[in-house]
Order: sequence, then C-alpha cells, then structure tokens
Amino acid sequence: MSDVLLSLKGLTKAYPGVVANDQVSFDIGVGEVHALLGENGAGKSTLVKMIYGLVKPDSGMMELNGRAFAPAEPRAARADGIAMVFQHFSLFDALNVAENIALGMENPPKMRDLASRIKSVSENYGLPLDPFRTVGDLSAGERQRVEIIRCLLQDPKLLIMDEPTSVLTPQEVEILFQTLRKLKAEGTSILYISHKLEEIRSLCDFATILRLGQNVGACVPRDTSARDMAEMMVGTALKTPERAGRELGPVALSIRGLSVPAPSAFGTALKDVTLTVHKGEILGIGGVAGNGQDELLSVLSGEVLCAPGEVLLHGDAIGQMNPTKRRKLGVLAAPEERLGHAAAPDMSLTENALLTGSVRQGLETRGMIHWSRAKEFAEAVIAGFDVRTPGPGNAARALSGGNLQKFVIGREVLQDPDVLVVNQPTWGVDAAAAAAIRQSLLDLAAKGAAVICISQDLDELMEISDNFAALNEGRLSAPRSTQGLSVDEIGLMMGGAHGMEVAHV
Amino acid sequence: MDLSAINPVQLIAFLMVAATPVLLAAIGELIVEKSGVLNLGVEGMMITGAIAGFAVTVETGSPAVGFVAAAGAGALLSCLFVVLTQFALANQVASGLALTLFGLGLSALLGQSYVGVKPPTTPKVEIAGLSDLPVVGPILFNHDLMVYFGIALVAATWAVLKFTRTGLILRAVGENHDAAHALGYKVVRIRILAILFGGACAGLGGAYISLIRVPQWTEGMTAGVGWIALALVVFASWKPWRALLGAYLFGGVTVVQLNLQAAGVAIPVEYLAMSPYLITIVVLVILSADKSSAPAALGRVFHASR
Amino acid sequence: MIRLEKRPDPSRGWSLATPVVAVLATMLAGGLLFAALGKDPIVAIRTIFWEPLFGEFSFYYRPQLVVKGAPLVLIAIGLSLGFKAGIWNIGAEGQYIIGALTGAGVGLAFYPTESVFIFPLMVLAGALGGWAWAMIPAILKTRFGTNEILVSLMLVYVAEQLLASMSLGLLKNPEGFGFPGSRNLQQYDSAHNAELIAGSGLHWGAAAALIAVIFAYVLVNKHMTGFHIRLTGDAPRAARFAGVSPARLVLFCLGISGALAGLAGLFEVSGPAGVVSIDFNVGYGFTAIIVAFLGRLHPVGILLAGALMALTYIGGDIAQSNLGLPSAAIQVFQGMLLFFLLAFDVLTNFRIRLGASEVA
Repeated sequence: MSDVLLSLKGLTKAYPGVVANDQVSFDIGVGEVHALLGENGAGKSTLVKMIYGLVKPDSGMMELNGRAFAPAEPRAARADGIAMVFQHFSLFDALNVAENIALGMENPPKMRDLASRIKSVSENYGLPLDPFRTVGDLSAGERQRVEIIRCLLQDPKLLIMDEPTSVLTPQEVEILFQTLRKLKAEGTSILYISHKLEEIRSLCDFATILRLGQNVGACVPRDTSARDMAEMMVGTALKTPERAGRELGPVALSIRGLSVPAPSAFGTALKDVTLTVHKGEILGIGGVAGNGQDELLSVLSGEVLCAPGEVLLHGDAIGQMNPTKRRKLGVLAAPEERLGHAAAPDMSLTENALLTGSVRQGLETRGMIHWSRAKEFAEAVIAGFDVRTPGPGNAARALSGGNLQKFVIGREVLQDPDVLVVNQPTWGVDAAAAAAIRQSLLDLAAKGAAVICISQDLDELMEISDNFAALNEGRLSAPRSTQGLSVDEIGLMMGGAHGMEVAHV
Repeated sequence: MDLSAINPVQLIAFLMVAATPVLLAAIGELIVEKSGVLNLGVEGMMITGAIAGFAVTVETGSPAVGFVAAAGAGALLSCLFVVLTQFALANQVASGLALTLFGLGLSALLGQSYVGVKPPTTPKVEIAGLSDLPVVGPILFNHDLMVYFGIALVAATWAVLKFTRTGLILRAVGENHDAAHALGYKVVRIRILAILFGGACAGLGGAYISLIRVPQWTEGMTAGVGWIALALVVFASWKPWRALLGAYLFGGVTVVQLNLQAAGVAIPVEYLAMSPYLITIVVLVILSADKSSAPAALGRVFHASR
Repeated sequence: MIRLEKRPDPSRGWSLATPVVAVLATMLAGGLLFAALGKDPIVAIRTIFWEPLFGEFSFYYRPQLVVKGAPLVLIAIGLSLGFKAGIWNIGAEGQYIIGALTGAGVGLAFYPTESVFIFPLMVLAGALGGWAWAMIPAILKTRFGTNEILVSLMLVYVAEQLLASMSLGLLKNPEGFGFPGSRNLQQYDSAHNAELIAGSGLHWGAAAALIAVIFAYVLVNKHMTGFHIRLTGDAPRAARFAGVSPARLVLFCLGISGALAGLAGLFEVSGPAGVVSIDFNVGYGFTAIIVAFLGRLHPVGILLAGALMALTYIGGDIAQSNLGLPSAAIQVFQGMLLFFLLAFDVLTNFRIRLGASEVA
C-alpha cells in the first residue's frame, strides 16, 4: 500500500434515536480495493453517503490527497473524482442508457458523441452496452453496467460500490471482478461494500469492519477466515439453524405449465412454470432479482389469478381462488416488499395482524371485526418472534426493517399453514434474526408443512432447502436436490452470464 | 335548419381560436406532470387568470399587459399549490381541488365589478398579402398573437423536452425523484418551477377566454375547460404535438356544436352543449388503456429522508 | 432552516387539532380579506359564526342550519369512503342533480294521485339515479382504467345540461304559464319532504344524514369492508394481498357516494327547494368535498364539519344582507378553509425541526 487517497478521521453522524456512525476513521490507499464490511444497519450506507456528499457529518473530517475534503453535494464529490454505484439503482426506467448516463455527468457531450464514448468505454472494460436501449428493458446485470459506465466516464479516482453482487449470477460476478481488477491495475481505488465474505476474500486488499456504527477492526481478507470476519461483523459466535433429517410426505402443492403475462411494462412474464412441493419439504427458488420472483409469489398467494388447473393444492384446482379463499385452505404467503405489500405502513400492528389473519384466526364473523382477538393475535406474533416494539398499537412503519420482517413472517407461521410461500425472508435482517427466521421455516417443515422459499441469498437456500430451482427470465429450471449441488451448476440454472459476454450491439 | 350557413373556412379558423385556451392550459399541465406533479387546480388557475387578465386589460386598456398579468396571477395562485404539495407534503389530488375551489371563489369576488363590461379588443396580426389569400388567409394568417403563441409554445415545449438538458432533467425528476435526488438534482426546486410555469400557462388560457374567445367576464366562465385540459394531457400521452391535435379536436367539437346550435338543428341546445364533455369522456376511455408513457413518479409525494 | 422530519407514528393529537387550527387560521385570513373589502373584520366574523346560532333571529336560522347541513353531511359521508381508499369521486354535484331529477320525476309522474307509497318510491328513485350516474365513472374505471376524477367531473357538466333540458322540457310545469321549472313538490302532499317536527328544519334528509353517519361509523371501524377501504388507501398492494378486489371496491365506494348524493338531491328538491329549476343546485356537491376533508374523513368529524360549513353559508347570507359582504367572499372563505386544513395536516405525520438542514 503506497499513498493514501482518502482519509476519514472521526466521522460521526447521528439521527434521532440512533448513532449511524460513531468516530469512524480509516484510510483508503491509491489503487487499493478496500472492503467495508458490516451487517445491515451497521452504518455502511451512511458512511458512503458522507463521502459522496449526500449527507453531512456531524463531526469529524475527511482528507482527499492530503487536502481537506467536505463535499456539500454529490456534484462536488464527483468533481473531486468520487463516483458511486448505488445498491438500489438510481436509474430512470423510461429513459435510455445514454440519457441516464448524461444525467450523472456535469458537462455531458452531445448525445451522439456521448453514445460513441459509451460504446468505446464499455467495450474497453468488457461491459458491452447499447447506448440507445431503454433502461427499463435491461436485466439487473446490464442495469448495473449502466451505473458503472456512468462512473467510469468521469475517470474517477475512487469508485464506491454498494453491494454490487446481490443482483448478479456467479458468472456475472466473475465478469464484474475482472473489470474491477482492471480498474485497480490502472490506479483507481475502490471502496467495496458487502457482507459476502468469500467475495471480499477473493477481491479486496484490505477490509474495515463496522458494527453498530463503530469501526470494530480491520484485516487483510486474504489472510483471514470467513468465519473470523463474520464473527467480527456480528460480534458473537454464530448459531447455524438445525436441520433434522427429513422425510418428504405426499405432494402438497403443484404448478403445471403456468404462463402469466407481465403485470406491467417493466415486469416479467412467467413462462411455462412447473413445480411440485411435498409436505415437509422446503423448496428453494433462487435467481437474480427481477426474473419473476414477485410474479410467482402473486400467482401462489392469489393476487394474480390463472387458469384453475395451473395451480393445484392436494390435487384440487385453486388457480381461480382469491387470497382469502386460499388462506382458508391453508395456503399463506409473505411477500418481499414489507412496507406497502406485506404490511400497511400507517396501520397499527393489530390492523396488520388482521390483514392476513382474519380468516384463519377467526378475527371476524360475517364481516364484523373482533378487535380484541386481533390484538391478541398481534401480541402472540410479537411475543413468538421477538418483535421489538412498544406494543401492537404502533404503526408498522415505526418498526425497523428486521423487526417488521419478523412480524410478517411470524404472522404467517403462527397461522399454521399447509403451504407457506416466502420471498426474501431474511432480506435486510441482522444475522441473529435471520437465523431465527430460517429456524422457524425449518420447524414449520418439520411439522409437515410445505414451504416454498424464494430468495436471492444462495447460502440461505443451500442451508435450509431440500430441493433447489432457479428463476431466469420468468422460466423455472427443473428442481435439483441441494445435496452436492455446485456453485457453477447453480449459476447455470440461474441463466449463467445471461449471454452478457456477447455485446448487444 | 340551414346547414349551408356554416362556412367551412370560418369553421377551421374559429376552431383554432376555440382550441387555444385549452391548448395553453394543457401544455402548462403537461410540463407539470412531466416533472411528476399532478395539479388538478388547472380550472382554478384558469379562471383566476381570466379575471386578472380581464380586469387589468380593462384598467390599462392594453391586452398585452392583461395577458402578462393573467400569467402572473395563474403563477401566483399556483404558489398555493407549491406550499401545499412541495412544503407541507399534502396529497396532490386534494390540494388541486382546494386550488380549484379557492380560485373559483376568488375570481367571483374579484370579478364583481366587471360583469357586463366590454374589454378592449385584442388586435389580430395581419400580414399584408398573406391574410387576404382565399381559404389559407383566414385559416392561417388572420389570428391574434396568442393563437401563434400557443403553437410556438407547443413547438418549444417539444424541443426542450426532447433535445435539451433542462428537458432531460425535468423528465428524470418526474420519472424517479429518489434517483434524481441521489444524483444531486434539486427535485423540489425543479418541481416548483414546473408548477409555476403550469400556473402561468393556465392563467394565459383563462385570459384568452375572457378577452378574446367570449369576450366578457361572467362567473365560472371557464366551464370545465381546465378539467378538459387535464384530460387532454392524458389523451396526448404527455406528448406536446398530440396535445395540439387534441386541442384542435376539442375546438372542432365546440365550434361544430355552436354552429349547429346557430343553424337550428333539431337536436336540443342542451344536448349539443354537453357534447364536448361527452366526447372528452369517450376519448379518455379509448386512450386510457395505454398508461405506459405516464411519468412514473406522477402524483407521488417526495420527501428526502436520509 | 426549517426542516420536516417524519414521525414514526402519526400524531393523534395533531390529527384532532388540525381542523380546529385550520378554522382559526381561516378566521384570521378571512378577517383580513373582509377588512380588505372594507368591512369590519370582527363584525363580519361575528355575523358569520355567532349571529345564526345566538343572534336575534337565531330561532329562524337554527333550523336553516339543519336544512343546509343535511345534504352536505349526506354527500360528504359518501365521498369520505372513497377518499379513504384513494377513489376520487369529484362529481357528487352531478349525482346530486341526477338524483333530484329521477326522484322528482317519479313523484311528478304520479301527479296528482295521493298515496303513501309515492315518497318512498321517490327516495328509491333518487338514490338509484345518483348511483347510476356514479356507476358511469366506476365502470369505466374498472373496465378500461379511465381516470374517475375526470369522468365524474365531466358528468357534472352533462348533468347540468340535462337539468336545464328537463326543467325547460319534460318536467316543466304544464300550468306554469311558460315559465321554466317543474311543479312545486311542496304543494303536492304525497311527494313533499316536509319537516318531521314543524319549525325544526328536521326533514327526512336530516334523518338520512344521521343514519348515514352511524352506518359509516360502524362500517369504517367495525367491519371488514371499512378496514379494506382504509387498507386500500394506505397501501393498495397490501390490500390486494389481503384479498381485496380493487374493482369491487371502486364499484362499492362510487356506488355508495353516488346513491347518497342522489338522496341528498332528492330530499332537497322535494323539500327546501320544491322545484326542479335550472339553478336549483347550489354547489353542495363541491362544498361537500371540503366538508369531507375538514371532518378528517371521519363520520363524526363530518357531522361537525357539515354543521360548520352550513354555518358559513347561513352566516354568509346574513353578512351579505346586513353588511353587503359579497357572496363570493364566502366561497373564498370556504376555499381557504380547505387550504389551511391541508397545509396544517403536515403536522400529523411530520415534526417541524429548526436547525441545520440536510443536504437537499
């Protein structure tokens, strides 16, 4: 490690009720790939927002190339050579690639010149891209390329990447890493935010670990085991969920030749999906975000109807039944989007318990609501799943993401489902809570329920599921037993590199 | 009934006049909606512009000053909408309605002493030689300045949205305000400017009704033109040239039904008078299937949290 | 710098206080307006808010409060259900007119037969008329995704033309010496919506308004349908997930609000107005929008807000005759009320902080 590019000194940022960053200091060297490691809520995002000028620190300072650096806005940060690829893409679906890139530049050249520069830079770094395609039509990996190229066109000195691989297949990750290594070789520094330890070990030179807003340690990832890094990140020894040897029962639910058109302009159509899940089985469904996960859950929950015989429960056609009827029969679901889909943000937890619990928990008779029973049910979920909240009268939006997730999963698990469909059950949840949620799914299966777990976290799926299938552009691969499945095979089931090595030009 | 009294050349010329108020208001609202804001207060801003333009013209004797005042009044009223939606983060639908109800009352109050007054006439732009041409002359070269201004505004809006960086940023803000904010664009400031522009355009449209189209002041004289302008934006799929087309369609229906009334067709007057509204509904139904071109952030409240 | 910070939980206190603060702010701003018009603001405000209730002629004005308040409450209750769910029926004025036309039409068809069945039939026809008129935007929305705001509003203008056509044509009083307008229903016993207690202002419309308040209260707070309405307003996707059919909800909300507006129209035309005439509607359908918001879309709140708004109508009339305050000033006054209400509403969900702002 030679010269220091960016030096952070005692950065502190507090929000009401929470200190997001507390005296964080570390240095990033020139041409260094520096990992910022931490759980959800550890303060990684706030820290990079300060570097990028989106948030002002309460105290502390930064130095860039030895000079004081305090960007008032992203524009100023960009002018000083800081570029950032966001976790949730900051892209505009209805605009084309070139327009999106122009928006991220201070003085963009004429559209035609910009387009040719996009082509040459993208090919140079092995990330081919057609400047005139509408961004909404691109795959997740291609959308990320748009962001990366937007950054590269400004010849950044520091490239910040926030969880870049969560939307990529293993093969696509490899392509990205080649690009990043090339950038490093050219002297660009990279601040790489992730909680995926193996990735960090293969890519990064140095790692800083954040926990609860504080810098709790640093290491050289190549020389440190993943387990050690994980324990630094979490602070305690991890408990892995227990998985009893399971025997599968008869078929609980099956889908046969299901095709559903895309619900919106930028949605995904389901094409000829077939699957079966047995009593006592956990079927893991992987895939990169936006390949039909939401749509599959909607078809199973009853939000989207299909031909009756395309979805069968214990052999009976339920494709035309609405969510209420399906709940009565024991088919429950927990969608990915917690606020706004699984739960109503401004409503109390009692009301949110009523939202899906009304039928199975007897919370209504002929339409009249039994509020006291609804409250009891909400309290049972809060107690059973360790939801941290002052009480069931609090609004859903007042809960942290992890706590709300526990509530949402708990609400369905406690209703004793025959079939439970969950999408991203542990997304944005800290490690301990994630383990508890996984354990509850395993327990449910052990009691004889069939569980379909849709997730983008492959480690999670390998850990809990009996069989694995992957969604790719609305098609579901044939399920395989998780025993002895290799990362390469999984990657191919997910669609490999989506033909991205071949340019779209 | 005497349909032969209807002169097709005059009909087309008058259609362009009838279309101008709704066109001006619709172009303004198009820009507002492109920035991701739904302002249902067009009717209120139009009627306020109508009385402001009328009063100032009567007092100063100059229609030009009147139109400027109308644009100012429309923009001023839209400031209320700015306060409600951009600072108090109120629901845009409710705020737009508030603006309309308030504007209708305000205009009635301001206009009390102007009922029955005749405004100075707005001169027509006559181009020697061209205006006297048969057919083409009356249709294209014998209008007041605002008719040409409306068309120029359509062209300018189209060019700005399509070719300039300003247009690109405006579209970006309307498409995804969180992303625009993350890139460092001032979402609220851009939206405020768009809303003010929309208010000014609606004010101009209103003044066109009270100063040229009618010309006199009566309470509630915009009679739903502001709402039709809103429908026109949907009809136009947020594209300026299609707004022009829609405005001419609406103007055509209005002019034809007025001519039929005058010609004494056997259809009762009331049924002719309701036809523009009915046709607007029919057109809305036909075109509402395709919402793909609507700005994605339309009507959503933006609050920069963390 | 002033900065807004989202509250974790909506504030109950502010949610109740907002309407009161808004009324006070409106009085203040209204006073300034009246002063600008050359009237003594204190006298004007007193005339509007005090005179009808406790003034010299309050024995006459108090019943008027019920007469004016009843249609406002009846319509606003219906609108509030849809507004809660984000279904915007802006065309209550049209449904009100059509309800009056169909209701009065049924009554006039029986003229001069006297029967106790006539008035109930008229009530039914009025409700059905308003319902049917509201079904147009409802069905267009569910079938074609057409914007219900614009369609329901366009239909107000269509209804006004129909009203003109009817009062000059089909429903015109054959014994009216050629004057526009129908027979006076007040002079036709079987069709007259008379006061239930003489001199109280309490006619069937007021009774219906009270029933509607109770019905709405139970629906919203105790019934799954009301829960689903609130759920749809807060999170449409969550509502679908809970098993709500958006189309049925649109039909329900628009249907109820249309029927209630139609009822209000019928009770008005067969009672206080008496005659179907071109100018029989006075904008209750639009004012009811203000009433619904001012009452915070809550049934009891709407009852209070309806009374307050009726007060401004009556007080405005008094101020007009006593002080020469233009009637449009009252319209502005009502508009301001909605404006202030929406502006102060921000305090329910946000806290205002003074201090350094975040980078915007």
